[in-house]
Amino acid sequence: MSARAVTDATFDQEVINNEKTVLVDFWAEWCGPCRAVSPILDQIAAENSDKIDIVKLNVDDHPALAAKYMITSIPAMKVFQKGEVVKTVIGAKPKPALEADLAAYLK
Amino acid sequence: MRQIIIIGSGPAGFTAAIYAARANLKPLLIASSVEAGGELMNTTEVENYPGFADGVQGPELMAKMQEQAEKFGTEVVYDDVTHLDFGDTIKTVTLGNGEKHEALSVIFATGSAYRKLGLDDEERLSGRGVSWCATCDGFFFKEKVIAVVGGGDSAMEEATFLTRFGSKVIVIHRKDTLRASKIMQERAFANEKIQFVWNSEVVGIDGEEAVEGLRLRDTVTGEESTLPVGGLFVAIGNDPRTHLVHGLLDLTPEGTIAVAGRSSKTSQTGVFAAGDVIDPTYRQAVTAAASGTVAALDAEHYLATLPEELLAQAGDPALASVTN
Repeated sequence: MSARAVTDATFDQEVINNEKTVLVDFWAEWCGPCRAVSPILDQIAAENSDKIDIVKLNVDDHPALAAKYMITSIPAMKVFQKGEVVKTVIGAKPKPALEADLAAYLK
Repeated sequence: MRQIIIIGSGPAGFTAAIYAARANLKPLLIASSVEAGGELMNTTEVENYPGFADGVQGPELMAKMQEQAEKFGTEVVYDDVTHLDFGDTIKTVTLGNGEKHEALSVIFATGSAYRKLGLDDEERLSGRGVSWCATCDGFFFKEKVIAVVGGGDSAMEEATFLTRFGSKVIVIHRKDTLRASKIMQERAFANEKIQFVWNSEVVGIDGEEAVEGLRLRDTVTGEESTLPVGGLFVAIGNDPRTHLVHGLLDLTPEGTIAVAGRSSKTSQTGVFAAGDVIDPTYRQAVTAAASGTVAALDAEHYLATLPEELLAQAGDPALASVTN
């Protein structure tokens, strides 16, 4: 299962008001490291679908949300709980490193 | 068991793979999980790779190299090497997924990693205005004043690229001359959006939630000053990526893997090294590719000296991997 795309219209419903922990992957087509990390996030999403929702936000299409969350480097992966950012991971990393960064939310 | 495993997927790794595959060595190339293609994946136009008169995009060049390597029978794996054992005649390469692959020879071509300034502020503000990838992050600095630290080709390329977004780009360099090639220098000098701050080094980055300014020190007078900027791109060079072979291979005083003369032969028999990881001086896509060729030819000659029965064991890549 690959990560769903969220938009300005669905962000509140899918992320802010989501009962589950949500990871938002801020990405863009022109960002090589974003393309590299995307399949790894898909794998983590598939393996942990009971614990975390993983969604993607295209910063090109949704600059207002990127600005709101002060994104200046992508890929930026932000973990939301009850509408608040509780963890930020910057940059593409191998799966074990990403899992270690996110360990608290994958239990 | 394989005849050869190549670690690294930049110009050195893929060129070694093209030569090894054409020599019918059926190479396995470990490309890494998130940095496959190497440094050129984060560049835009490459204008100095021979054969591309109109230039070529970095990612496209790497895709073509990979296509060429695969055409002749290279197998590419997208994973990271976690452990190496160069013990005896048979080398073992362990991957992130736990798989172990054996081979009679290894070409190590892991390239180099961005050098950091080494400031506490740099870590703290990473992702909040401090960046190492202009093509990834330039977009977020529209109409801002952007600083680029460095004086080489990469710094000039980043500065020139960032003028598409920033209101102004300020290049900070610790000397009063650039190391960059003439054409890159002239392009930067001619760009009215680019300014230079000479003989200066960054000693601090100000800002709580985001980068607001830099603290600079004059490398001649020692005088300190501040410079308000909205973003900082670090392009001060690269360090060879050797952590996997510390204690296994001899290094040079510069930190690169030591090789014998103009060859790719490391201190360990059957292990060859190529590209930026052995090159403290030139570090070009073309020199890396040439170095990959040298390594593949050295490996081929080495394999020819091994006993027939060993080579027969290495003949069938289907028997190549053993899983834990």
